[in-house]
Amino acid sequence: MMNNRIMLFAITVLALSLPSVWAQKPANQVLTASEKESMPGMDHSKMNHGARSDSAQKSGQDSQNMKKGDATESGSMSKPMSMQGGAAPADARSPDYSDGYDFGAIARPVFADEHNFASLLVERLEYVSSNGNTSTTYDLQAWFGRDYDRAVLKAEGEIESGKLQDASTELLWGHAVATYWDTQLGVRYDSGEGPNRTWLAFGVQGLAPYWFEVDATAYISENGRSALSLEAEYELLLTQKLILQPRIEMDWYGKDDIGRGLGSGLSAAAIGIRLRYEIRREIAPYVGVEWARLYGGTKVLAQAAGTDPSGTRFIAGLRFWF
Amino acid sequence: MKRITQHSLIVPNHSRRRFIQGLAVGGAALGLSPFLKSVWAREATASTATGMAAVLSGTEFDLVVAETMVNYTGTPRIATTINGSIPAPILRWREGDTVTLRVTNRLTVSTSIHWHGILLPYQMDGVPGVSFEGIAPGETFTYRFKVQQSGTYWYHSHTAFQEQTGMYGAIIIDPAEGNRIRADRDYVVQLSDWTDEDPMDVLAKLKKMSDYYNFNQVTAGDFFRDVADKGWGAAMAKRRMWNQMRMSPTDLADISAYTYTFLMNGTAPAGNWTGLFKPGERIRLRFISSGTQSFFDVRIPGLKMTVVHIDGVDVEPVTVDEFRFGPGETYDVIVEPKDQPYTIFAQAMDRTGYARGTLAPRAGMKAEVPALDKPEWLTMTDMMGTMSHGGMAGMQGMGGMDHSGHDMSGGKGMGNPVHVRHARTEYGPSVDMRVDTPRTNLDDPGIGLRNNGRRVLTYADLHTIGGPLDERGAEREIELHLTGNMERYTWSLDGLEFGKSTPVHFRYGERLRVILHNDTMMTHPMHLHGMWSEQESPDGQFLARRHTISVQPAQRVSFLVTADALGRWAWHCHLLYHMDSGMFREVVVA
Repeated sequence: MMNNRIMLFAITVLALSLPSVWAQKPANQVLTASEKESMPGMDHSKMNHGARSDSAQKSGQDSQNMKKGDATESGSMSKPMSMQGGAAPADARSPDYSDGYDFGAIARPVFADEHNFASLLVERLEYVSSNGNTSTTYDLQAWFGRDYDRAVLKAEGEIESGKLQDASTELLWGHAVATYWDTQLGVRYDSGEGPNRTWLAFGVQGLAPYWFEVDATAYISENGRSALSLEAEYELLLTQKLILQPRIEMDWYGKDDIGRGLGSGLSAAAIGIRLRYEIRREIAPYVGVEWARLYGGTKVLAQAAGTDPSGTRFIAGLRFWF
Repeated sequence: MKRITQHSLIVPNHSRRRFIQGLAVGGAALGLSPFLKSVWAREATASTATGMAAVLSGTEFDLVVAETMVNYTGTPRIATTINGSIPAPILRWREGDTVTLRVTNRLTVSTSIHWHGILLPYQMDGVPGVSFEGIAPGETFTYRFKVQQSGTYWYHSHTAFQEQTGMYGAIIIDPAEGNRIRADRDYVVQLSDWTDEDPMDVLAKLKKMSDYYNFNQVTAGDFFRDVADKGWGAAMAKRRMWNQMRMSPTDLADISAYTYTFLMNGTAPAGNWTGLFKPGERIRLRFISSGTQSFFDVRIPGLKMTVVHIDGVDVEPVTVDEFRFGPGETYDVIVEPKDQPYTIFAQAMDRTGYARGTLAPRAGMKAEVPALDKPEWLTMTDMMGTMSHGGMAGMQGMGGMDHSGHDMSGGKGMGNPVHVRHARTEYGPSVDMRVDTPRTNLDDPGIGLRNNGRRVLTYADLHTIGGPLDERGAEREIELHLTGNMERYTWSLDGLEFGKSTPVHFRYGERLRVILHNDTMMTHPMHLHGMWSEQESPDGQFLARRHTISVQPAQRVSFLVTADALGRWAWHCHLLYHMDSGMFREVVVA
């Protein structure tokens, strides 16, 4: 079972390492003939294959130069679908119809695209029971700003016996770079047991095809320290209010950090599933179970400290936002 | 310090706020305030109905914008009203008159009134930041213009979300030379939506969770039902495109009955607004779509409706069972009821709720209220337009639409592929979809109305009597794409929200073709101020003179404009939350 999980992680990591994933997957999506066959509601008998010259245009070619029927069925079927993302072709239309006219003497209207909004999402505030120990975990994300640029605060940590064991807090500038993806640039501060660490952070957060919410961030710090963290979630609606949420999380470190009990390489991974009920959109209690495991040097350090490097956690928590 | 105006001496102050209790009562129809008597108030000749706004007629009008307590849901809320009622008074003008409208702002924030569809000098158009500065608290702004047209129109605030909170009313302009449309009785039926929430909170929620109000999302249960019905492969295929593109097939309205109460003449469904008639009468119903974010599908079970007048302009009569209209549009119909009650049923496009009223020969009668239709999934047609040169190639997703009555060949598409020109600003985070193979046919009633067994009006049915105002062909073309990112809840034109846009220049006097191309999966009612939009068929034939044109998902439409109105004008999606997200342009005619 563990191998399967590692395989799943590996696939996700691989997918993330492909720039195309966060740069508009469907832009590079090759729609095969068989996929198109199975597209709902398409009446192939009436499909005019000349239309594929339009999809050629999408990939940046000049459709005007392609005569109707030039594209063969199989060839045209494999033209990329580019309804999303991609780069503007060189001859793309200008959106400026002003002929030099400005907004005149009266101050122009200001709409919500120029207003700041703010949000706090406490994704997880949960009691965790594992091997007889209980602890509290929090994981929140707040933002303030506009549609495409905002300040982002992320905080995650674990409290055991009234003591902060492990906390990571990030302050980032989130910038929309694609339809479903933001880049995030800023700093991370680790506190809790062991020496505190400060990192520079660069990551991407967004929505991958098939509605996977992904958050992947790389970090560098003094003394050549580096780290990578990955989170992915999915929301499966059992009903309009009962939602099953699988979630994976993984951390890597570039070098050992004995003070914080970290070895280089993959240090920790967790896969969990939470079932929440949205009393209203903003408030949802949940229960869940999570399998967590330490790896490599981190595992060795944990074992030396007498900590079990793997375990099953039972969870009860509250998700809320406003 | 508030300036004391002459009018402040005679308008009701806040101590006159009145609770209107109970769902069945609903609206804010306050008793006539003393100041109403100071204008030429006159009762409509044959309109005797509950929930009907006062009728003000003449050439001089005093309108007061103030806060009023209302109660549509059991919870009292503060509305913004004009003369204390929802809807605002019906203004009855006469073509050729010069009207003077003194609007006094008794709010603590700026306000405005826009005369929707009225041709007038741009300074009188009432759009803050475009036509004028707005009306500051305590001030009175005097609108004065000559009425150059006749028909059914409406007016509303163009400031912030005041339209959502109650500032809308009807305008009826009597023609100078007799009415072409004969009717024994005449009712305004103004449809709208009400929320107890602060509209800015609604928008903020949508910015944080764009499907906040959608409780019709695809669930695991739906998937297993599809697997059972159609097999695993078909169930997966049905979802593949949607899931790859991260789009929801049930995104039919951004705001649902979860928060909305739908109103007919300011009356909630339980209040059952009723228009009385005498059997044998011809009744003209002036339907006005004043919902801020709601399309309504209107029908009167048991009665055929003959559509005679659209957006203030007479059209060749067309008899239908049902029509859909979006915020901004007005549709006048003639009905001839028998000696029985009828339900006027206006379900929201997302099928989460309805506005409802009754036409009855005697007070207290009512007819059966139909069940809401089942919501449908958006189809591939709504996402991709047509993949074929031949127009709409009969997608199965159309659900076995009755092709016999529809020319699906599209016209413009025939052998002459539409050359779509996306703006270079459509390739960034503000756009979640670009349609390269738009549909141009206008004979599609739209999602949820296809093949429903009723004769549903489409834009292809509309023919303005008398043809276009200007026989010239287009000298120039402007192509504008309707764009958005549903996940981020951003709305724009050509991928640019208003804050990033530049004005659109119309050359004074020119005849211009405007192409609106919808790169989203929602229908957008596009309203150009100050000038008519003369809509064309796909093959370039004049169809109808409009002030608001709804463009369906993945659809491409065109209209001609004669740029004869100097000045600055607003041009925007009339879904208020789209406009307020930046789906707005300023037009400069110079």
